[in-house]
This record gives sequence, structure tokens and C-alpha cells, in this order.
Amino acid sequence: MPGAGLVLAGVGYRYAGASAAALVSIDLRLEPGRVVGLAGANESGKSTLCLVVAGLAPGVIGGRLDGSVRVDGVETKAMRPHELAQRCGLLFQNAATQLSGTTSTVFEEIAFGPCNLGLPGAEVVSRVWWALRAAGIEPLAPRDPARLSGGQAQLVALASVLALRPGYLVLDEPTSELDPAGTRLVADALARIARETGAGILVVEHKTDVLAQIADEVVVLERGAVALSGPAAATLADPRLLALGVEPPAAVRLERAVRASGIEWSQALAEAIG
Amino acid sequence: MIPADEEALLPAYVRRILAGGYRSLNPLTKATLAAVSAIVAFGVRGWTGPAVVLAVVLSSALVAGVLRRMAPFALATLPLVASILLVNTFLYPNAHDVIANLGPLSPTWTGATAALQATLRVVAFGLSAALFALTTPIDDLLGELERRGVGRRGSFIVGSALGAIPRTVERAREVVDAQRSRGMDTEGRLWRRFRGLVPLIGPVLFGALAEVEERTMALEARAFTAPGRRTILRALPDSGWQRAARWLLLVGSIAAVVVSLAGVVKLP
Repeated sequence: MPGAGLVLAGVGYRYAGASAAALVSIDLRLEPGRVVGLAGANESGKSTLCLVVAGLAPGVIGGRLDGSVRVDGVETKAMRPHELAQRCGLLFQNAATQLSGTTSTVFEEIAFGPCNLGLPGAEVVSRVWWALRAAGIEPLAPRDPARLSGGQAQLVALASVLALRPGYLVLDEPTSELDPAGTRLVADALARIARETGAGILVVEHKTDVLAQIADEVVVLERGAVALSGPAAATLADPRLLALGVEPPAAVRLERAVRASGIEWSQALAEAIG
Repeated sequence: MIPADEEALLPAYVRRILAGGYRSLNPLTKATLAAVSAIVAFGVRGWTGPAVVLAVVLSSALVAGVLRRMAPFALATLPLVASILLVNTFLYPNAHDVIANLGPLSPTWTGATAALQATLRVVAFGLSAALFALTTPIDDLLGELERRGVGRRGSFIVGSALGAIPRTVERAREVVDAQRSRGMDTEGRLWRRFRGLVPLIGPVLFGALAEVEERTMALEARAFTAPGRRTILRALPDSGWQRAARWLLLVGSIAAVVVSLAGVVKLP
């Protein structure tokens, strides 16, 4: 059923040997071309949800999955990891462990996935150039992957996942180890990828300013369950956010501070502040 | 391996052919040279074996332009070399040609000669391995192994093991810095330095294990376990004479060891 999106229905997950469930009754839908932000305190289940959506839990790491995870109508349980990698790409926090460590140039690093699929050479080359353009890192192609900045390495890891042409991307805190410049690079690339490639993106992010910039919807997890969800602007302005361990974006905090000081908050003021 | 017309689509920095006589050899030829160096350095009696290996390795390094970069590898053999020199010079069994009496210790000429010979073997082997590592990119070696039918898992294990060495060294350095910032003394006497190593073991070992799990998942996310043969982007130069040379070198080195051990030819 193509075009059905990435759909989680009543998903629960328990790690092998764990007494408590890491995820409880999660319902979530990701449409192509949309960006869904995932926030929550540490240990709230965000990274686990990423592994479940990408099929690595329980596919690779074991554990028990309840409910249904479907990618374009196909149950992830029915797919092998390499098949799932072509439908739903996963980017981890640490770019250093995501790169193969066995290539001499960024071009070859990005070609690693397509080469694993045994694609014809011309197709591999075409995919690599496409992924480099999509991530906005064409000038990095000849560089040694081991000698990149954190932001550049994360973008190379992102392009490496994109080269498998997945319809959906799951990104686990892609900016957590980056400085403001690196964060801006990655956030701009994600917004461009969602807009230009039509990929659906599920992004875990502590930096709510990034979510405010790129997400259409935001889901907040607490103890493995959905505590808040809805359009990004409304969810990120929800007064319960702080109690859930998530700091609201700077714009929301500023608005609250202005209101608290007795100054009338208007649309014109918001636009003037930017 | 992709056809020649598709290979032409690759950028020049991917199609790269390593320049220089030694560098441009096929990775298997370089691996064979390293293996033969080990066989000859340790298998041929006397000074001839290790001396020939050392001469060939140093001249190849000069041609390949990596002579200076081999210095750290030579330094890395120092602890082993020091122990060989001490043990052989002072404790060589049944040697009576004493150089001098130093209290309870009596270094002997026989022991010193054996020590120098063993040192030459270790250094020759160490430098031949260094020459191979410095002139052979990991991906070239992996591509060549896969082209020869070694499974992608097997070849990746070789490559990632080689790649893991600098990462582990880097992590060890970070842990040492962290321990120092917490007041641990890792400088000075040998015993202090050794004590400083103990707290390294846990973080480095567990860090490496955690990294293995993350890497495994990352590889799965990049279709590493897809069935069938991987695409190999570029062919590395190989030729009839290199194939013949590999076999000749292997057979020749084994023959040299046999002749040397049998005492058929007296070598210095």
C-alpha cells in the first residue's frame, strides 16, 4: 500500500531481560514530506522508539515488540534489515561510529551502502552525487572521512543513509554533539531534504529551537508513552512542556518573559523580534 | 567490479592509482612481500636473512617516500628490543666468552651477538609491516580481498580491526587525560606509569565494546547484510608478472629457509 506512511499502532517494546517496558502503547504517523519532532527527558524512550521504527529492535538487538510498525503498509517484522534500510534510514547520535572507517574519501563512504546492495556502478555513482547534493556537502566529496568536523561528519553520515533512498528518515539526536554552527548546518540540511526529496523525517531533538525551525508536528514522550502531541507551534508552546523535561524554544520563553513583565505581546512584536 | 565505462564516471580521487613503483603494486603483492619478509627475517639463519629484508624494506620505503614516517614504528619495537638485548647479553646459556664482570652479571660476546641478530630480525619484520600499512589504504585491501572471494564480513573484520587501532589509541589518550585531570600521577617512575595504566583498562575495553554494538547497528542500517556480491567501484592494478612474482617470492622464501636450516649453503 504505497503512500500509506510510516505508522505505529499500539507499539510497546521491552528490552531483552528488562523487567519494565521501554515503550508503552505508542501511536504515531509520519507522512512523506513531513517532519515529526520527538522530544522528552532522558530515558523517556526516544532512542528506543528510533530503533523500533528502523526495525533494529527487535530485529538486531532482540527484545519483545507488541503492536504494529508499518512502512508504506508493510510490517517491519516481515522485512530483513537490508530491505528495511532502503525504506527507513536511521541516523545515530554519534557520526564517528556510523561511518564505516574503511574508506579513503567521503564519496566512497557514501557509496558504501549502495555498494552493499550490489547496485550497478553507474547507479551507485548517481546515488552518491544525489545524496551529496541533498545534504549540501558536494565540496566534501574528495575529503578523508576521518578528518571532518563534527557537523560535517554528521552530514556525511546523513548522506550515507540518504544514498539508500529511503522514503523515511529516523534521526536520533543528530545535533547533540554539535556546536551552534554544526547544528545550523544539519537543521538546514534536514529542512531542505524534507522539502526537496519528499522523505518523511522523524527527528529526536533536545534543542527545541531546531524543532521549531523544521518540524511540522512534535511528539513528547514520558516514561515510554506519548505525553503530548500535535502541531509543532502549539506543542512547543504547551505550558506542560517544562514539567516533561523539555525546555521550550527561545521564542516561547521570550514571549512568556515579555508577558510576565507586563508588556503586551502582539504579533507585530513577535515579528520584530523574529 | 564495475565495467570500465562505468568506472570512467568515478571522480579522479576515487579512481586514484597510487603513484610510485612500490605504492602502485597490488595490495596482495605488498601483503605477500610483508609475509615473505617475516619468513626470511625469522627463518634464514645468521645475519643474511634479516639484513637482506632490512635493506629491501628500507630501499622500498625510500622509493615509496615513507622512510621518515616509519620512525614511530621502529620506536615501537624498542621495549621488545631492549628486553631481547638485556636477556641475551646477560643470560645467554652456556656462553663463556665474557666481555666484562659487572658484579653478579657477566655479559658475553655470544649473547651480545645473538641479541643483535634477534634485534635485527624484529626490526626488519616490524618495518616491513609498517611499510605495508603506510602504503596500502584499508579500502584497497578490502576491495582486493572481496574481489578474490573473501566474504564481505571477513574482509570488513580485517579492515575495521586495522581501523580500530588508532581509535583505541585515541580513546586511551582521552582516558589518561581524564585520569590526570582527577589527580592521578601517570608520569615519572616505571611503577607509577604502570599503575596509571590500570584504570585505563575498564573504560577503554567497555568503550570499545559499546562501540562495537553501535557499529553493528549502523552497519545494518547501511544494508551491510544484503545478500549477493558488493559492488567494487574500482579495479586495482594487477598483472601476470605480479601474480608470478607473488608465487615466486613465497616459494623462494620457503626454499631459502629450508636451505638455510639444512646448512646446504653457509651464509654469514
